[in-house]
Amino acid sequence: MYPTDYRYTKEHEWVRIEGDLAAIGITDYAQHELGDVVYVEMPRVGTKLKAGESFGTVESVKAVSDIYAPVSGEVAEINPTLADAPESINKDPHGKAWLIKLKLASSAELAQLMDAKAYEAYIADKEKEASA
Amino acid sequence: MRYLPKSPSERRQMLDVIGARSIDKLFSSIPAGLRRETPLDLPGPMSEAELIRYFRERAAETSVGYTSFLGAGVYNHLRSVVTDTILLRGEFLTSYTPYQAEISQGTLQAIFEFQTLMCQLTGQEVANASMWDGSTATTEAVLMAERLTRRTRVLVARSLHPEYRQVLATYARNLDLQIEEIGFTSSGQLDLQALSGSITGETAAVLVQSPNFFGVLEPVPRIAQIARAAEALTIVSIAEGVSLGSVRPPAEADIVALEAQSFGIPPSFGGPYAAVIATREKYVRQMPGRLAGQTTDAQGRRGFCLTLATREQHIRREKATSNICTNQALCALAATVYLCLLGKQGLREMAEQNLAKAHFALSELEKLPGVRRVFDGPVFNEFVVQFPRAVRLINAQLLRDKIIGPLPLGSHYPELTKCGLVCVTETTSREEIERLAYAVRETLAVPV
Amino acid sequence: MVDRIKKASRNTSQNEGLIFEKSAPGKRGFELPPADVPAVDAQGLLGADYARADIEGLPEVSEIEVIRHFTRLSTWNYAIDLGMYPLGSCTMKYNPRINEHVARLEGLATEHPYQPQELTQGCLKILFTLQKCLLEITGMEAATLQPAAGAQGELTGLLLIRAYLESQGNPRKKVLVPDSAHGTNPATAVIAGYEVENIRSDARGQIDVEQLAKIVNEDVAALMVTNPSTLGIFEQRIAEVAEILHAHGVQLYMDGANMNALAGIAQPGRFGVDVMHLNLHKTFSTPHGGGGPGAGPVLVKKHLEPFLPVPVVVEKNGRLALDAARPQSIGRVRAFGGNFGVLVRALAYILAYGPGIRQATEDAVLNANYIRKQLEGVYDLPYASPSMHEVVFSDSRQKKTGVGTMDIAKRLIDYGFHPYTTAFPLIVPGALMIEPTESESKEECDLFIDAMRSIAEEAATQPELVKTAPHSTRVGRLDEVGAARKPILRWKPKSSAESAD
Repeated sequence: MYPTDYRYTKEHEWVRIEGDLAAIGITDYAQHELGDVVYVEMPRVGTKLKAGESFGTVESVKAVSDIYAPVSGEVAEINPTLADAPESINKDPHGKAWLIKLKLASSAELAQLMDAKAYEAYIADKEKEASA
Repeated sequence: MRYLPKSPSERRQMLDVIGARSIDKLFSSIPAGLRRETPLDLPGPMSEAELIRYFRERAAETSVGYTSFLGAGVYNHLRSVVTDTILLRGEFLTSYTPYQAEISQGTLQAIFEFQTLMCQLTGQEVANASMWDGSTATTEAVLMAERLTRRTRVLVARSLHPEYRQVLATYARNLDLQIEEIGFTSSGQLDLQALSGSITGETAAVLVQSPNFFGVLEPVPRIAQIARAAEALTIVSIAEGVSLGSVRPPAEADIVALEAQSFGIPPSFGGPYAAVIATREKYVRQMPGRLAGQTTDAQGRRGFCLTLATREQHIRREKATSNICTNQALCALAATVYLCLLGKQGLREMAEQNLAKAHFALSELEKLPGVRRVFDGPVFNEFVVQFPRAVRLINAQLLRDKIIGPLPLGSHYPELTKCGLVCVTETTSREEIERLAYAVRETLAVPV
Repeated sequence: MVDRIKKASRNTSQNEGLIFEKSAPGKRGFELPPADVPAVDAQGLLGADYARADIEGLPEVSEIEVIRHFTRLSTWNYAIDLGMYPLGSCTMKYNPRINEHVARLEGLATEHPYQPQELTQGCLKILFTLQKCLLEITGMEAATLQPAAGAQGELTGLLLIRAYLESQGNPRKKVLVPDSAHGTNPATAVIAGYEVENIRSDARGQIDVEQLAKIVNEDVAALMVTNPSTLGIFEQRIAEVAEILHAHGVQLYMDGANMNALAGIAQPGRFGVDVMHLNLHKTFSTPHGGGGPGAGPVLVKKHLEPFLPVPVVVEKNGRLALDAARPQSIGRVRAFGGNFGVLVRALAYILAYGPGIRQATEDAVLNANYIRKQLEGVYDLPYASPSMHEVVFSDSRQKKTGVGTMDIAKRLIDYGFHPYTTAFPLIVPGALMIEPTESESKEECDLFIDAMRSIAEEAATQPELVKTAPHSTRVGRLDEVGAARKPILRWKPKSSAESAD
């Protein structure tokens, strides 16, 4: 379910490396928690981000979630389709609905993130807590 | 007590069900030392008749029987009994905020109509469901511009209502906002040269009022042009909504803060009123306040609901665009009902009567020796005249004739000594205007 | 379904479109008296740059159409005049009609705030008397009636704290806010220029005093507390909390939204509160009117008085005046004096009760406890602590069949009630927050209890019925997602692409 070549954060973002760019999005778990997405707030191209810094928000009718940069870098691209079709975050969170692409500052930070197996275990724990 | 629907035996029954021996037991979680044993020292209780007498006595200690020429942000306009007929319907008066849309469609549709009317009046694309008043709406508009531009300097016209500027200053002090004032010229309008000289790449917005505190109309398109060149936003605050019946709306503005008190809401010694923020669609997510949106239910029936609520305090909490919670729904409803009654023709006619009467009053006053018009810019229903002596002295005499005279301006604008702000609306009769001119003439004829 | 639901049944209501859809040129709803001065040519007088060509879109309808339109709309609303609003923390009590009458009196409704002092004594007396009453009820020492609503009262309160601390040399950086607090609390703290630090409630739903003692330091400006808390539970250790705060120079701010549990019984001024606000549209009966206006007076202790917003009502030589010459004041928080019309109504409410206001508070707490007792076995009660004027249940039992608090609330509509407060406070997942107020008779309370019991049964045996409620309203559950994705926020004439239905 969770692509094995991605890396994941505790805040439910994923990272996919594309050469010297890092594509970033939110995970299926996150979109499910939020409900139907109505709006996405994105940073401007050229914005410099530090790992852990908030760079935007994803909104549903009832909640707003901040999205945090998993790694440091400079915003090179933002997904142009999300303004008109925010619901694609619910439909294809790991693929078409990437949020931004960063020019990676350092690939060393990737090592700090979880791999697919660790992330799946992490959310399994969360779900156990919630139903306790 | 007539507001409490319980008999003593019912109270006993309920206590039995709860298993408490007395009502005091239900307060035992309050530590004894903090509980009052004796009744509070309060006036009353009063029956309905006593309440009426009490408030009638207070009402007799005010200005009934006087003619007033005061404006300055609060306007005496014709109202309609139809407004109260609707406002006093229990389903409007005593209903809650329309969070449960299925049983609040009346309120929500009325809000949607209010939003529409405000757009039509101001020439903007979207409007919210009302804010507390013109002064706080203007402040909120500035904060909105700050969020949109991520800049922290604001250029504010000195001809913006002094109390509006004071409110802005109170809020600005605690946020990273720098206010710089831009003066006015002999026309009474914003000094455009000074504006061009002061605007920089750090300016979030230029804020003017139109008609301004002196009653003079501001050249909004030219101001907006200067602002746009610096990528700053233009905010126009409007205190006299009826002006929009004759005056071109500020369509070039990015944000409009309109006080709606003129539309069927009584002066009521300062409040409650209703204001609105209207703006361009692209800025809607940074706009504070409630919004009603049109939508459908599962059967495709049209309905309305509060929307874009994620901007608001009950969801964003510390990240909200504003801390505003209540709005002014009932006052906004009054404005909505009233504007529907007045309609296009009625508003135009009312505005033209204001223009005509103010023009007449100005010409009558200008006939008096030593009295002159101060600003030559175009005005709506207020204007500034200078007298040969302190306005306060003249007003003291006018009071004897049961006339409440012009607002003295010297305390707010030291350079405008002996100047007074005169407001004339459609409610002022020709006879009252002539009486004002006569009384001023008589007063001036007597040496001080 | 007909048998179970006692309080409500379907009835025919009128359809009605938007007022703009009824508009036609030449109709008018209001006529002005003819002008008694020479007419002017607006275009000529103002010039082409300033004159308005047309007020496009403003409707043209007759008086009867306006009356019918809004009357029909009103019949689509629920209201206190129709029945109970069990909304927790809203205090939806009866709005006495005499208050409407007195607020509209000529001589009160007609007054301009800039009139000379000798012509405003009646208005100032109302303000002064209301102030005195509110000070007596709260046990505080000075007041401002300026703030337009509770949220503005909160902001004023925090600005007062900031000004005071600044005068002591350091405004400090943080404000502590309980996780059970109303959303306006943290939002306000940020606007006042403070960082927010959340503190957790303990297992009894009260402030964890030991945790508080650990995090209080000289960086903290204030603690914002609601008492009783949003769980309806009295903070029993409030005096201790105040001591801990004051020992570090921290101010105690109280959100007075739950004053309906205290009026006449306990005075916040006596448990260490430094500053608080009241919601006149809650405890003091001024009408909600579909969302406002309200008023949020702020009451303070003496040390904060110099900083109160201007103007302040003062007595000088037997006369009342508005004093704006206060050098340490935080300034104005709004133009003019305050929501006078709302203040008149609140005073009328207080005068109607006099010292008997205690009885209202007792009945409010009686009603809440009665409902709690009757529903305790039926809905999960997360906190065993005694309830005051409101009780918070959770939907955990009903969740077993997939029915949540929102669904139960919507089904309550079919039973003829407005829903209770759903999903707040945030610390109780799936919360049902119920505050009946003293305005409810035993009969109405019993009907409510009956309805809630019936819905609990339905949740167990017919969950789909509950999950798809309401079934009896003019419109069903609305598509809020669509409304947020593609907002339609105004009517546009048919010619445009996005016209109304």
